Amino acid sequence: MSDNVFMAGYGGQGILLIGNLLACAAILENKNATYFPAYGPEKRGGAATCTVIVSREEIGSPVMGHPDSMLLFNQLAMDKYVNRIASGGLCIYNSCLVDEMPKLQTDIHKLAIPANEMAAELGNARLVNMVILGAYAARTGVVSMDSLKSGLDSILPERNKRFIPGNILALDCGAEYARKAAGRS
Amino acid sequence: MAPNEQTVFQRPSSLKEVPTHYCAGCHHGTVHRLVAEAIDLLDVQQQTIGIGSVGCSVLLYDYFDIDVVEAPHGRAPAVGTGVKRVHPDSVVFTYQGDGDLAAIGTAEIIHAANRGELITVIFLNNTTYGMTGGQMAPTTLPGQVTTTSPYGRDVTKEGYPIRVAELLAMLGGTAFSARVAVDTPKRVMEAGRTILKAFEMQVKKQGFAFVEVLGACPTNWGMSAIEANERVGKEMMDYFPLGVYKDITASG
Amino acid sequence: MKKRLFVKGNEAVAMGALEAGCRYYFGYPITPQNDIPEFMSREMPKVGGTFVQAESEVAAINMVLGAGAAGGRVMTSSSGPGISLKAEGMSFMAGSEVPAVIVNIQRPGPGLGGIDVSQADYFQAVKGAGHGGYHLIVLAPHSVQELYDLTMLAFDLADRYRIPAMVLGDAMLGQMKEALVPHAHQLPEDLPPKDWAITGKGGRAKGNAVKSLYLADGELEAHNWHLHAKYAQLKEKETRFEAVGLEDAELILTAFGGAARIVKTAIAMARKEGLKVGLIRPITVFPFPAEIYRTATAKTPKVLCVELNNGQMVEDVRLSVDPMADVRFYGRPGGTGSLPDPEEIFAQICKHYKD
Repeated sequence: MSDNVFMAGYGGQGILLIGNLLACAAILENKNATYFPAYGPEKRGGAATCTVIVSREEIGSPVMGHPDSMLLFNQLAMDKYVNRIASGGLCIYNSCLVDEMPKLQTDIHKLAIPANEMAAELGNARLVNMVILGAYAARTGVVSMDSLKSGLDSILPERNKRFIPGNILALDCGAEYARKAAGRS
Repeated sequence: MAPNEQTVFQRPSSLKEVPTHYCAGCHHGTVHRLVAEAIDLLDVQQQTIGIGSVGCSVLLYDYFDIDVVEAPHGRAPAVGTGVKRVHPDSVVFTYQGDGDLAAIGTAEIIHAANRGELITVIFLNNTTYGMTGGQMAPTTLPGQVTTTSPYGRDVTKEGYPIRVAELLAMLGGTAFSARVAVDTPKRVMEAGRTILKAFEMQVKKQGFAFVEVLGACPTNWGMSAIEANERVGKEMMDYFPLGVYKDITASG
Repeated sequence: MKKRLFVKGNEAVAMGALEAGCRYYFGYPITPQNDIPEFMSREMPKVGGTFVQAESEVAAINMVLGAGAAGGRVMTSSSGPGISLKAEGMSFMAGSEVPAVIVNIQRPGPGLGGIDVSQADYFQAVKGAGHGGYHLIVLAPHSVQELYDLTMLAFDLADRYRIPAMVLGDAMLGQMKEALVPHAHQLPEDLPPKDWAITGKGGRAKGNAVKSLYLADGELEAHNWHLHAKYAQLKEKETRFEAVGLEDAELILTAFGGAARIVKTAIAMARKEGLKVGLIRPITVFPFPAEIYRTATAKTPKVLCVELNNGQMVEDVRLSVDPMADVRFYGRPGGTGSLPDPEEIFAQICKHYKD
């Protein structure tokens, strides 16, 4: 059994950072994990996607055609990828940058998060990624919040460690939102 | 040896006692000897490593009694870089011809010089590809007939001879760059002193040292040994002036 | 529990090299392997090693030739277009028996091609990219851990057999991150001394010559038979492979490197559906593990070879199998949007399993 998640958005939204963080947290929990980024010739502003797979067993492919979950950060990513989510899978998306849900071909679970607004309330627009990752972790339980928090310390370069408290706040905020949403549904 | 005799000339100990494969009148033998004398004078035969190139001088290991590695065509300065980085206290020299150094190996020589690699480069310029049969070289003179410029080198189509000593002197990493010739006894002596200086600078870790030697290739020039020797002074030196183009150890 | 690091494949190569005692690195930037020179430029000075960013791949491989001939543990890394430029140097190194490690983190081609995942350089790696008819040892890792472990092994094999060794990775393995258990390298005690290396004569009676030019009567032929004997010895002693589920297999899948990762997931899907599918994964692609193919296909004749190219290793598979075997191929050459997923390979398994 594996948990696999595909994440997509604009370059600069911190997609690759949370992919790294999730895989790192899983490894801290002594699970196996792969992180596989897709990359283009440009360093900034293009599309950013990655796949993270977490498993207790040996992981084969680091990519899946039909991932169990997707974290979609904008309309472009939504339009392009949502119909590849495995039947019965989960789509967590940033409702601030997604206006419209395409017509879906399969049954999936959806969780809309106003991540831009929440990040702005936290005082840092760049925390969108952590809000969404927090929600994903709380919703699926694939890794614990504690592991994510420890992972931040391993993942972030020294010069960015001062952002750890803000990132933790955003992870908690996203997790809280997911729990409340589960309570409502 | 009789009591009243003394040795005034002998084979340098860095050269092996073997017959030469070079053509009559070829200057490789002279330059080999000058290099060997420099190695002997500095007493570094045991730590000298030669980098052979592709061309007539490929058989460096047949003549020099030292360790030698053979480089692909033009790559001797890169091979020398690798060797020197592993054995920084060794004395590394490349020995290259004009096709090897100034055509296919242009990038390697320029960048080795520019990095200031602590190696010595001996460059024999005889205005032609010797081993492959007298084709046009980057140093072939304007109008010179070769097997691939049968109507004479046309500078409008084939470009100009490259003056390597001047070119390398412009690079920040070059410590020493000079051009000498070996067509007269006096110039042979001068060439010997210059080559010694280029090796000495390496031993003293003063930087990249380059010596271009003008030499003759009678076979491919279609000349007798004497005619070819004369051509070096008559035709080559006008285009390739002798001199020291850079010497960071010179005062003033 | 052993310490587990979370490491990018390219960096695992560099870490393995340093652990194996590599102290000389010469290279030139090219995507998707730039983490290797970047890591080396940062870490080599800390261990007293040498990092040189060469002016070209051509210069880099020749610096490797020089350092290897001088007896150093030396490495370079690149990707397809750069490996083409290194072909000349690799031929010279094979001919003059210079040990070194060359890493190819493959990208799709031909020409500039692309920068995504591909196994387009199998032929180039195992058939000898340069002139003259020679082989390198070619190791094909399929995980970050193996990138680390097999890079170490590559140094030892190169030194043992006096031969250049290649680590054949790809953009998937190079760019992905997963767990790595670091461990101390155990230098084999029986490695032959490098008494052939050029070090300066240092009092030796005869100078050493590291060379590939042989002009005397019969000399070159003798040298080539000597190299050939070495390749035969490699085939006998150094083939490595992973075989899974061959006991009950009705269909054998075979793949190397990154493709094997995708195939492993597809096989798990197939097994879940009750399909009896096995796997042969060559770890050395030269020497190619021919024997396991012969014995396995004598029992299970149907083989599906999956590659991230249009069919390269499949030629070696066909040369290795039992004469009655039925070898099929599925592959995609790579490029943006051209990485097959496990579901796609699973569909191929279902198709070939039936007919």
